[in-house]
Amino acid sequence: MKGTGVIPRPKAEGPLRPQERSLAALGMTTRLDRRAFLAVAAMLSVLPLASAFATPEAMAAAIKEVVGDKPIREGRVTLDLPPLVENGNAVPLTVSVESPMTEADFIRAIHVFNEKNPQPHVFDARLGPQNGKATIATRIKLGDSQKIVAIAETSKGEFFSASADVIVTLAACLEDIT
Amino acid sequence: MTNVLINAPKTARKGEVIELKALILHPMETGFRPGTNGRIIPRNIIERFTASWNGAEILRMDLSPAIAANPFVSFFAVATESGKITFRWTGDEGFAVEESVAIDVA
Repeated sequence: MKGTGVIPRPKAEGPLRPQERSLAALGMTTRLDRRAFLAVAAMLSVLPLASAFATPEAMAAAIKEVVGDKPIREGRVTLDLPPLVENGNAVPLTVSVESPMTEADFIRAIHVFNEKNPQPHVFDARLGPQNGKATIATRIKLGDSQKIVAIAETSKGEFFSASADVIVTLAACLEDIT
Repeated sequence: MTNVLINAPKTARKGEVIELKALILHPMETGFRPGTNGRIIPRNIIERFTASWNGAEILRMDLSPAIAANPFVSFFAVATESGKITFRWTGDEGFAVEESVAIDVA
């Protein structure tokens, strides 16, 4: 094609070509030029790749699975995570929840979710009054800079949450380097 | 022999809240990474970690591939009675390891 391509091509009349007919069947009646076709093709080829990773929506869905329709309140939960991480392969994480941890009032579970790792779950821990203190520490992998959410479930069925943003300079390795 | 590292106090006062730390040697392969031959390395993770005090479960944790290799978990427990604290890890490919430590509660 010559020129800069800013001049719109005249709309061709005549019968539709096969690929246009299939698009017409999908309700796309306008005739696509080569550029638009390539743009759509590029988008379609990228889509399955993008869906292989968790998204904020996938995290929201995973949270909904745990919480249901109950409201989630901010507070009581402390999520301790370094704000800047050099190596995403092992990131120390501590979740502590304010609770008397008595038979009458304790933290039943702590759930941790992420936004951009391949899967939204990090861990689910079941606790009880026998723990004395609702604190769990572990080390996690982070595939990208993202938001981590911790949700605590009390014995009364209430949910509290805290979130933290982390910047990761070297993501958890996607390739086997060993 | 699987390498397990447990850090727990040997003695405690009754009612005291003690910290228990457990580390196990495990690759925690996510199942999302290609190996040197370009093929995806199959997932091999520890799915569950449990701790029990004289047989009564005190903590149960479901782990995901997002847990770092050589999983480390630290948590707390109220010292109730003398006996043993048992840590158990189970996971993919029939992985099952159990380790106990003795504790004296006065």
